[in-house]
Amino acid sequence: MTPTSQSEPPITLEIFQHLVGLAALELDDEEADYLRRELNQQLQAIRNLESIELPTDLPITSHGVPYSPETRPDLRQDRAEPSDMADAILEQAPEVEERFIVVPDIPHTELE
Amino acid sequence: MSTEICELPAHEIAARLRAGDLSAEAVLDATLERIGKVEGGSGRLGGDSSGSQGVHAYISLTEARARDQAHAVDHMLETGSDPGLLAGVPIAVKDIFCVSGTPSTAGSKILATFVAPYTATPVARLEKAGALTIGKANLDEFTYGSSNESSAFQPTPRNPWSASRVPGGSSGGSAAAVAAGEAALSLGTDTSGSIRQPAAFCGVVGMKPTYGRVSRYGLIAFASSLDCPGPMARNVKDAGLMLQAMAGADPFDATAAKFPVDDYLDQIEGGVRGMRIGLSPDFSRLRYPDPETGKLRDQALQPEIEKQLIESAERLAAQGAEIVEGVDLPNVQYGIPAYFVISRVEAASNLHRYDGVKYGYRSEDKVADMSELYRKSRGQGFGPQPKLRMLMGMYVSGEQYEKRYYERALRVRTLIRIDFERAFERVDAVLAPTTPTTAFEIGGIYGDSVSMQYADLLTVPANHAGIPAISIPTGLDNSGLPIGMQLMGADFTERKLLQMAWALERVQESRPSLVQELLHA
Repeated sequence: MTPTSQSEPPITLEIFQHLVGLAALELDDEEADYLRRELNQQLQAIRNLESIELPTDLPITSHGVPYSPETRPDLRQDRAEPSDMADAILEQAPEVEERFIVVPDIPHTELE
Repeated sequence: MSTEICELPAHEIAARLRAGDLSAEAVLDATLERIGKVEGGSGRLGGDSSGSQGVHAYISLTEARARDQAHAVDHMLETGSDPGLLAGVPIAVKDIFCVSGTPSTAGSKILATFVAPYTATPVARLEKAGALTIGKANLDEFTYGSSNESSAFQPTPRNPWSASRVPGGSSGGSAAAVAAGEAALSLGTDTSGSIRQPAAFCGVVGMKPTYGRVSRYGLIAFASSLDCPGPMARNVKDAGLMLQAMAGADPFDATAAKFPVDDYLDQIEGGVRGMRIGLSPDFSRLRYPDPETGKLRDQALQPEIEKQLIESAERLAAQGAEIVEGVDLPNVQYGIPAYFVISRVEAASNLHRYDGVKYGYRSEDKVADMSELYRKSRGQGFGPQPKLRMLMGMYVSGEQYEKRYYERALRVRTLIRIDFERAFERVDAVLAPTTPTTAFEIGGIYGDSVSMQYADLLTVPANHAGIPAISIPTGLDNSGLPIGMQLMGADFTERKLLQMAWALERVQESRPSLVQELLHA
């Protein structure tokens, strides 16, 4: 990814296309223009975070409520449970053949 | 105004059923009759966004399911068994929850054909308590929005107080259904305000419980560290009743806390004497980014909302609460920028599962390989809001930006949490407006993703901190649109918050104006 300049927004076309590839999306030009414009607007708002002084030892919070022995639920036993949902789950697949989900060719590369 | 059966409070419905004054089937019939009069056609994929006159709260109705449930409740009453806390109470379920055998769409084309093979824990608990599942309520696509306009199912819900205004979001259909008498209760979700903001816009009560108080099993995930299922109701007591039926640990959700569930109703009318309720200048000083420069600028609250805040504090003080002014929460102003980062990273992760292979939409275009199938199915199946979230999530969690954005946002979240911990050393709750404005015009800001996110400015701090918060309708503005105030409390203090909210609420006696018009059309 390239550094930003005054004239070009931080999420350049090149960066945007890289993100679109990572997100596995096919977009038309009009949609791509809208999304890139909005992303750059959002980034302006996000950049206000950079002005906040953070103590170096400030930990992260991955979720608001800390779990304690009082609140943390016990883990389930690691054992298989029978389920009668297999047919209902398979019925949701767009294409099924003999209880296998049909997919197109999976791209692969030979390891050298 | 004479109250119709479909407008009765949930707790009264349950009590009258037990007393033999009313049957579950009669409640169901009255609710379906109301839907027939005011709904005006539910949202559908490819539907007309302008739509006919109506509330358009639902995506799908589940009449047969509700009819079976009503028969079961009436049979239990006839045979002397206990039908449960919510006996015969009609509920709308936000269509972000899986309900076995129902289309569970998340308001998205990519899940439009998905029929859930299992039922989410909160829904299962409500149904076990005797509730009648009327239907699945419309929402912003995957809950991504604050106006309900981003749903792929059109027309989207209207505000029952004005057809030209949004109901808020993302639980807009839920709030509209409850306000319009199309359900007594609704199950919503709140990730940055998605229960409280539409509740405030539609003049109903909405509660975001403590993170982990209600199981997320069966909730189609947005931001897993923030998502909270919670009740929406026409009054505080009903919200408490609904929370009672669904709170508690769940072996299917390792984040559902095992902390004991309080009795939310036994002291709800106990009053606020001696309670300390804080007012914070940081919830009245609104800071928005300038659209040109991105620099933050101050903006005042809508004057009528500020007036309601003062009046609400005075009302609580008159009942014996001690109002503590000047409670500092200096970091809540960073709630939206931090949310822009954290929620996007989590959304990007959660949205990768939709691939056109296992369930949901699959592109019918000819494809060369699996990668192309993914790109086409996701490109055609997702609307712009999920795409924006994925792309931003990828960007801010990229290796070269992670420290600058994602890690920083998680540390800012710590500051917000510390602010509230300090505040709750001084006060039992913080009172603040739920929203900076009342309901805005349909089309007013849709498409501007920054302005839309800032509609959650006052609600998102509670999500970062994980604390419970409840929005209560306190009056109308000069245009006749509802105003909501929220009370935020420390972890697992829902019981006390409901008690304060009961003291503050003023149940709206008049019918929402759009509903009144539709009933007399």
